[in-house]
Amino acid sequence: MMIKLIKKSWLWSLAAIVLLGFISMGCSSNGEFGSSADAAEKVYVAPGEYDEFYGFFSGGYNGQLGVYGLPSGRHIFTIPVFSQAAVSGWGYSEETKPMFQTTDGFVPWGDAHHPELSQTNGETDGRWVFINENNTPRIARIGLDDFKTQEIIEIPNSAGNHASSFVTPNTEYVSAATRFSVPMDEEELQNMDVSIDSYKENFHGTLSFIKVSDEGAMSVDFQIRMPGFNYDLSHAGKGPSDGWSFFTSYNSEQAHTLLEINASKNDKDYIAAVNWRKAAEYAAEGRGKMIPGEHYRNYIDHEEGGVAKSELIEEVRVLDPRELEGLVYFLPTPKSPHGVDVDPSGRYIAAGGKLSTVIPVHSFAKIQQAIEDEDFEGEEMGIPVLNYNSILHGEVQNPGLGPLHTEFDGKGNAYTTAFISSEIVKWDLETLEVEDRIDVYYSPGHLMIPGGDSQKPDGKYLVALNKITKDRYLPTGPEMFHSAQLIDISGDKMELLLDFPTEGEPHYAQGIAAEKVMDNQKRFYEIADNAHPYVTQGEKEARVERDGNTVHVYMTTIRSHYAPDNIEGIKVGDEVYFHVTNLEQDWDVPHGFAVKGANNAELLIMPGETLTLKWEPKKAGVVPFYCTDFCSALHQEMSGYVRVSPADSDVEISYGTGQ
Amino acid sequence: MDNQKRILMALAALLLIGVYFVPIWSIGMEAPQYPEGLGMNITVDNIVGKEKNDLNNINGLNHYIGMKEIQPDSIPELKIMPFIFGFLIISGLIIAFTGKRKWILYWLGLFVLLAVAGLVDFYIWGYDYGHNLNPDAPIKVPGMTYQPPLIGSKQLLNIDATSLPHIGFYLSLLSMSIAGLVWWKSKEDE
Repeated sequence: MMIKLIKKSWLWSLAAIVLLGFISMGCSSNGEFGSSADAAEKVYVAPGEYDEFYGFFSGGYNGQLGVYGLPSGRHIFTIPVFSQAAVSGWGYSEETKPMFQTTDGFVPWGDAHHPELSQTNGETDGRWVFINENNTPRIARIGLDDFKTQEIIEIPNSAGNHASSFVTPNTEYVSAATRFSVPMDEEELQNMDVSIDSYKENFHGTLSFIKVSDEGAMSVDFQIRMPGFNYDLSHAGKGPSDGWSFFTSYNSEQAHTLLEINASKNDKDYIAAVNWRKAAEYAAEGRGKMIPGEHYRNYIDHEEGGVAKSELIEEVRVLDPRELEGLVYFLPTPKSPHGVDVDPSGRYIAAGGKLSTVIPVHSFAKIQQAIEDEDFEGEEMGIPVLNYNSILHGEVQNPGLGPLHTEFDGKGNAYTTAFISSEIVKWDLETLEVEDRIDVYYSPGHLMIPGGDSQKPDGKYLVALNKITKDRYLPTGPEMFHSAQLIDISGDKMELLLDFPTEGEPHYAQGIAAEKVMDNQKRFYEIADNAHPYVTQGEKEARVERDGNTVHVYMTTIRSHYAPDNIEGIKVGDEVYFHVTNLEQDWDVPHGFAVKGANNAELLIMPGETLTLKWEPKKAGVVPFYCTDFCSALHQEMSGYVRVSPADSDVEISYGTGQ
Repeated sequence: MDNQKRILMALAALLLIGVYFVPIWSIGMEAPQYPEGLGMNITVDNIVGKEKNDLNNINGLNHYIGMKEIQPDSIPELKIMPFIFGFLIISGLIIAFTGKRKWILYWLGLFVLLAVAGLVDFYIWGYDYGHNLNPDAPIKVPGMTYQPPLIGSKQLLNIDATSLPHIGFYLSLLSMSIAGLVWWKSKEDE
């Protein structure tokens, strides 16, 4: 008994020693952090001054796009995209509801992943930023003149739109692909009611190329039918490899259950090299075939009234690599590769073989040679598989554990995140030697160098987008923001400068020199150009009109009152539409509109804009409405009343301001 | 008056054509909330915002203190001024053509008189806008009036208003100086 007790207590002290060891490991976690004064100076942006770069960080499962200033790491805006945003009425106002239309109906949430800036001649141009939605396959286009989502297109015949939204060097196309293969019938690629264990027989994937017009309008130009693998990430070729796109795939095992084991068996999976220029020619010639592919294109244009429109497109063109030669080639790549990144010269294609102990780097010139020589080691569903050893530029040895994504500094260096060993590894594109490594906290997914996936990177800063936060900030309970780290890459040695929290889960991010974007900013919408069907051009036109049970309130806002601000004659059971026009023509003077009993949200109306809130009063009485945005010294006075009478009452419509 | 002086006198008159193309006076306003500034320019026939919507925004702000709206259409002087300058140009050219030295003095006298009258008129309008306030104004500060300065800067609540001559005014001064010079120099011609 006594001995047992002693033994027990001895064991306890052992546990304590082990625990201490862990704690002290946790504390020594700022290895490469040099002098804090030096780092502070590099990230300090004095009051009233601007950051050098805009950073566009995916909001991940919040469905939005975060805007950050770099190098300060300040969160300066959130652009509502795929999720309803009560803050401004995005997806709640009548004008913006159609943006959420899909063939599954109104989808109020999305899982945003990879923002990608539009490019001209392989360089970011500051016109738009695209971002994909994984869950209900969609791609959004956000205008960088007003930082608003201008278009969302649904991707038909797809599931899990992960390898998206990567652009070609002149934004000819934005790409999309199926991360989750699904059953597709032989003739028309339609989903089927089949047993899941018929995966190998019935499941397929598609790669989609969405054409972007000069004005930004998106349309699905063609889809390519693919074997039932999981298509994970993508990047377009550039320079010599312009005209090609590369998509990683995993699960070439075609497992449908317990993928973590069953999809990790093969030594190599594939990168699909797609000759999109040839595919576009095939599509233009009418090759392949049109199949059913219902999908919605939703767009909003402030010059056309700012009311979103939904367009149902019924068919889509599909190209079959078994029938069309030279469309797709498979590049064997170890092992369940995740990221695929093309260096600024366009000559090298680095893969993040996430379970691999090396980073394989393919040579585009060798790929071309192997295709010419028909140096194939087999085929998959009619797609030639090139010989690994013939196309390899080389392998980076000891790149860290779990390499995922690579970006470039334009000076011959590549930077790869290692998820498992929680570090960023810098290596030389020619020698493939590791040059430097730096710990990050903790477990980086993507990384971002402004322009780092374009032909002209700004190789000054690198941002690590980490998946695990733990002890980096004041604790906020079990759930916390993800963490990003800013690293100076201007010298030979990487230097950690700054931690900053990011909202949601910023899978990927893009950065761009501030001057490419800031000079094009709209400060407000021209009221004279407001073409909204329910605009109120001036207080004299403010009015209330009844049409059966529907009541339209034509309302204006200007500091610091509504017109009308007293409304009577509304009845229980009415459908009331408040069409609120903000008459202000001044920078940063939005007005809000909130009415008690609304079952949706508020409106936040920008100067010169008209937004509509639907309100269905359920109780008789007098109900206040008010401005939610502290607009002026007399903001608190900016309010009004609506009198709601019982359904059978005979109170006439009347309204006014200041009578 | 010799030809050279006639040409100079004609130049003095023709310089005034510029007044139709550039502002004569300007009022700039700065406030903490307006780091980019607000302002209006007075031209020969109008009052316009320095930026497209400035006048509307100034009127919007002024309603808090009960100041009347600045409506260029309701200011008769703006309708007369183009003709006054037209008269000065034409009469100046006639003097240059005829070369009568004595008339330069009358022309100058009239011009100065009109300029002084203009400034007095501007002061009276400013006084009226600044003092004649709506008694229902939301913001009433006892003893506070909002007359902009005739020339120079003045802090009016949160707004620092600066009133200064603009290019049109300096063109007029230059025109006067040239005419004066011609008159002075042509003394020995007689």
